[in-house]
Amino acid sequence: MSEEKEMITGMEAPMYLTYNFTAGGATTRFLAELRNGKLVGQECPKCQHVYIPPRGSCAACGVPTVREVELTNKATVQSFTIVYIPIPNNPIKPPYVIANLMADGAHQSFLHLISDVDNADVRIGMRVEAIWKAEEEWTHAMENIQYFRPLDEPDMPIDEIGRLKNA
Amino acid sequence: MSSTESEVLSQAFELGFTYTRSTGPVVGRFLTELRDRKVVGNKASDGTVYVPPMEFDPRTAEEITEFVEVAETGVVKTWSWIAEPQSKHLLQQPFAFALVQLDGSDVPMLHMVDAGSIDKMKTGMKVKVRWAETTRGHVTDINCFEPA
Repeated sequence: MSEEKEMITGMEAPMYLTYNFTAGGATTRFLAELRNGKLVGQECPKCQHVYIPPRGSCAACGVPTVREVELTNKATVQSFTIVYIPIPNNPIKPPYVIANLMADGAHQSFLHLISDVDNADVRIGMRVEAIWKAEEEWTHAMENIQYFRPLDEPDMPIDEIGRLKNA
Repeated sequence: MSSTESEVLSQAFELGFTYTRSTGPVVGRFLTELRDRKVVGNKASDGTVYVPPMEFDPRTAEEITEFVEVAETGVVKTWSWIAEPQSKHLLQQPFAFALVQLDGSDVPMLHMVDAGSIDKMKTGMKVKVRWAETTRGHVTDINCFEPA
């Protein structure tokens, strides 16, 4: 046996899973509107909770969320993290800020990038707005929005973020 | 769904994990020997020879350190015929996934048998290693097994 030769210490074991992803009815409606440059949530007819991205039914009431609600480009930072570790094949250079954002009128947050601001200045309650890509680049994807950037507005108090008005 | 609604969106999607795993001293040794076209296992304290080698004895949890070379011939203990290989399979012609117990080993290992047709497959049949043209220290250095 060959002790003098270089020992194998590692092996590549890549794994690729090939799917056909089907969006389903509710997500299709959401993505179709994103293709038109609109952020559209769906409202529960019972508790008025607005879901974005919508999943087609209210998690609390168990009823279909058939009514669509167009949201503005404004949102509030609900929580955030600063990413320092590079992810392979991700073109965004760390450190960058990923935030849970609560769109105005919505009660469910979604993840997106925050930019045009020092990472150290990002805070919970900060008001931000969506910066969309050029219209000809729009597809059925959340990446139609390049990132969110700060608005010149006072912060929203933490206990008001995403709360129903009369709840 | 109403006919006015647009067709539900769907799209091909590939999820990839580009894993590199470290092999450790035992599996590393097994792969190193495969590169030299040798199959090694290791021997537990009760004399059982494991191929591929195991780091620890499954009965006593003791470390297994004694390596032994086994033959490149063996016996099919059980098998499953793949009539229509898919693109990710390593053999593109119909083949069998089989548990092959190499001569000198006490436990079978999973690999492929290229027998040509299902009629040639039989539990208890003798097979031998078909080596890859170039070996690089990977389990696929054994291309497959073929009837001996």
